[in-house]
Amino acid sequence: MRLWRADLHVHTCLSPCAELSMGPRTILAQAAARGLDLIGITDHNSAENVPAVVRAAESSAVKVLPGMEVTSREEVHLLGLFDRIEAVLAFQELVYRHLHGSNRPELFGLQVVVNEEHEVLGFNPRLLAGATELAVEEVASGIHRFGGLVVAAHADREAFGVLGHLGFLPPGLAVDALELTGDTAEEQLRRRWPDLSLLAVVCGSDAHAPGQIGAAFTEFATETISVVELRKALRGEDGRRVIRCRRARESV
Amino acid sequence: MTVRQMADRLGLAVWVDEDLDRQVEGAYVADLLSDVIAHAPAGAVWVTLQTHANVAAVAALKELSAVVIVNGRRPEAEMLQRAREHKLNILGASEPAFEVAAKLYLAGLRQGK
Repeated sequence: MRLWRADLHVHTCLSPCAELSMGPRTILAQAAARGLDLIGITDHNSAENVPAVVRAAESSAVKVLPGMEVTSREEVHLLGLFDRIEAVLAFQELVYRHLHGSNRPELFGLQVVVNEEHEVLGFNPRLLAGATELAVEEVASGIHRFGGLVVAAHADREAFGVLGHLGFLPPGLAVDALELTGDTAEEQLRRRWPDLSLLAVVCGSDAHAPGQIGAAFTEFATETISVVELRKALRGEDGRRVIRCRRARESV
Repeated sequence: MTVRQMADRLGLAVWVDEDLDRQVEGAYVADLLSDVIAHAPAGAVWVTLQTHANVAAVAALKELSAVVIVNGRRPEAEMLQRAREHKLNILGASEPAFEVAAKLYLAGLRQGK
């Protein structure tokens, strides 16, 4: 069993409202500097920069999980984390089918698609800042269908959080973990929503700028890095565990 | 009426006043940004409890005359900054959306095109 320090919620320059400096090598360098073993690349409603980060990570000690942060029709954000690029790109097809509208770069950012050298390959023309037509349950089942993990993003935040927008965790919503990003401690969250009961909690940064990477992280004990291993850790199965979850503002 | 007149009439707080002489051409109440993107008429005043930065982007996108944040909620710093950049009007009401909408309706505002 190994200990891995992970920030599973990192954006690239593809995401609306992310800094243009969030290119693959910058992200990986920051992650390494912060002592992270693993990052999840989770851009809004797209995974087009995942291949570049995964390729850049071949010469890095930091491992990368292909992912995406999907906006449901209720404007709830869910993270999907997958083992393979092929899985996230196949899931992307589903997301794109249910995402409409065109980007306005002057309002939402350039949405830059890059290669591993941070060279511009193009600009994503879709309204990645928009909401898909998929209900939150459909997003979750879609992620699971493609073999991914479902994390309710920044559940401690009201805006775009499952608890903030829906008022509770719907019984039919299959979520593998809730994510805390900042102010709320796990005990506070569980006290406020008692029916969260056994659901696992992870911490992630939601980094849109290099300095935010690793500001929050989760420590896992698993044999290797994979969706199967992480899911066991979230459930506390077979000796795999979540050791520690560190939010951005520990002093609060 | 202008945004300024509306603010005076309803006793609204003013968070960002980049263009108060703008005409209010309609009104829309919604807390889902995707709904505002799909349906809010240009020139409308948007009544919402959302306080985050994307509100400013959507208000700019839809060329809304003003945003009224209800329930006495405080806009986030980043939202105010973006609102200034996009020359928007951000106002505040201590009342909930229903009352604000009712007052706007009584003041003669209709949804608009």
